[in-house]
Amino acid sequence: MSREPAVTARPTPAVLARVDVAPDAIHTAAPTLRIHQLTASYGERVAVRDVSLECAPGRVTAIIGPSGCGKSSLLRCVNRLHESVVDARVSGAVHLDGRDVYAHDVDPVEIRRRIGFVSQRPTPFPMMSIRDNVVAGLRAATPRLDARALDACVERTLRRVGLWDEVARRLDDDPASLSGGQQQRLCLARALAPEPRLLLLDEPTASLDPLSTQRVEELVYTLRGDVTVLIVTHNLQQAARVSDTTAFMLDGELIEAARTRALFTTPADARTEAYITGRFG
Amino acid sequence: MAAPPIPSFATDQSRARESSRQRGVQSIGDRLYGGWITASALVIPALLLLVAVVIAISAWPAVQSLGWRLLTDTTWDVPHARFGLLPALLGTLASSVLALTLATPLAFGAAIFVSELAPPRLRRPVALLIDGLAAIPSVVYGLWALVVLVPWLRRDVMPFVRDTLALGNVPLFAGPAYGPSLLAAALVLTIMILPFIAAVAREVLQAVPRSQREAALALGATRWEMIRDAVLPNARAGLVGAMILGLGRALGETMAVTMVIGNAHLLPTSLFQPAYTIASLLANQFAEASGPLHVSALMAAAGVLLAVTIVVNGFARWLVRRTEQQR
Repeated sequence: MSREPAVTARPTPAVLARVDVAPDAIHTAAPTLRIHQLTASYGERVAVRDVSLECAPGRVTAIIGPSGCGKSSLLRCVNRLHESVVDARVSGAVHLDGRDVYAHDVDPVEIRRRIGFVSQRPTPFPMMSIRDNVVAGLRAATPRLDARALDACVERTLRRVGLWDEVARRLDDDPASLSGGQQQRLCLARALAPEPRLLLLDEPTASLDPLSTQRVEELVYTLRGDVTVLIVTHNLQQAARVSDTTAFMLDGELIEAARTRALFTTPADARTEAYITGRFG
Repeated sequence: MAAPPIPSFATDQSRARESSRQRGVQSIGDRLYGGWITASALVIPALLLLVAVVIAISAWPAVQSLGWRLLTDTTWDVPHARFGLLPALLGTLASSVLALTLATPLAFGAAIFVSELAPPRLRRPVALLIDGLAAIPSVVYGLWALVVLVPWLRRDVMPFVRDTLALGNVPLFAGPAYGPSLLAAALVLTIMILPFIAAVAREVLQAVPRSQREAALALGATRWEMIRDAVLPNARAGLVGAMILGLGRALGETMAVTMVIGNAHLLPTSLFQPAYTIASLLANQFAEASGPLHVSALMAAAGVLLAVTIVVNGFARWLVRRTEQQR
């Protein structure tokens, strides 16, 4: 396989959020994510069928495909969220830096603490202030943090997602007072606060306006190098803009995974071509 | 220039007439339907109003002759025409609030178990059992309490608290250990409102969106942390509503309470002493009421009970709306 130059079509954001990394997080590098022969089902219905996919460390991998093709299910298998559904079953392996998250001695709670996850719709916790929402995951991961460290983390994380200037004066308010786009960025902040080295994004901009979408894409761009990102998206342009590698799924199967530019310009499979040229899906 | 096609104009007119006739036919059905629905909707408040008016008219002689003493007097002495409702009113509130306090943690626990923790195979049977408790007639609870609960209280619980724990001098546990008591009534009420609160709370918890639960799980929450941070906060207003439903039922419960509370006009100061509730008072005395003032005083008691339940419901609605606004 010939080495392609890094994809050049990048957004040139006016203001890139400064990437502050917590001191203790520098030592842990972005992991390689290797999905191996993964099959996931809900009862009788197979959602993901024998998928193998490798995500390079510090790179952004996009999963595209029509609705119901299993891309969200695949994503939710990585942090073992899939198994929280009644009747859900998984087989195969998900290796994170060589360690299988489905190994018998692995605690799913521990795995989820190390992996950031943002879902399609904003899900801030009600009855919890904006500040507490940001550090909700951090508190679970590291229970003993003094107030100053938490405050620093709140500001640092909210700046990363470009929300600080908008909410700095109302950190104690209920997140319901924020707009949908702000809530989604709050959820991104909540996922990023524990400094995960792997971030899973499940159509993070599906319910956002163009400006908020751009902010999220800028953020994903700034995370490259530090964080391995796996993003599910309906939006082909978004996949082209933010990802290094793109995987195309259809009916639960992985049809093709390739460098993003190669996949969009010279797809190997006819079905991929049909999808990206808008003939179905 | 050709004239506008008159025939087509005529057809338009006739078509318009036809469609308006059709509309007329429809609107008769619509009006009948609408009238029927409106009437049925009006019947309910009208009934409530009617009940309130009848009670007010019947209670008027007692209110006129006794005034505030109806509510402040602690003596109920029919021959001497003293009709003080305070013991029964406080007994009603005490037994109901006590039952609510005891039932809520149990009911919420059961609801959380069924909705969040139980293995899927156990969920339906447990939920059915809880719902089944709600279907048992109140007189059956009363009989059970009379035959099982009251003797147990008299034989084991009351002597244990008074003698073994040496709490006999504490006013809350004062009085002879008869058995029929405020405690017995509160306990049977607890059991009776438990399934109601649990059933409503379960529905409320199950209505919390999956996305909220997953958000907590994805952050590395344990199951308990997920319930605490994602499920309960989302369900808060509904849980308060469940409690109020239970309280409303406890306030009005008559049969079982009458059978075990002891029916004594005493202020409810001790758990072990007999007490009275308004509902029991009405059940016991209404059929054998002697003289118009007695009947009127009982009607006043009914009015007080009605007012208490309306106030409790109003308060509950206000509380639910307030918690909803906070979200």
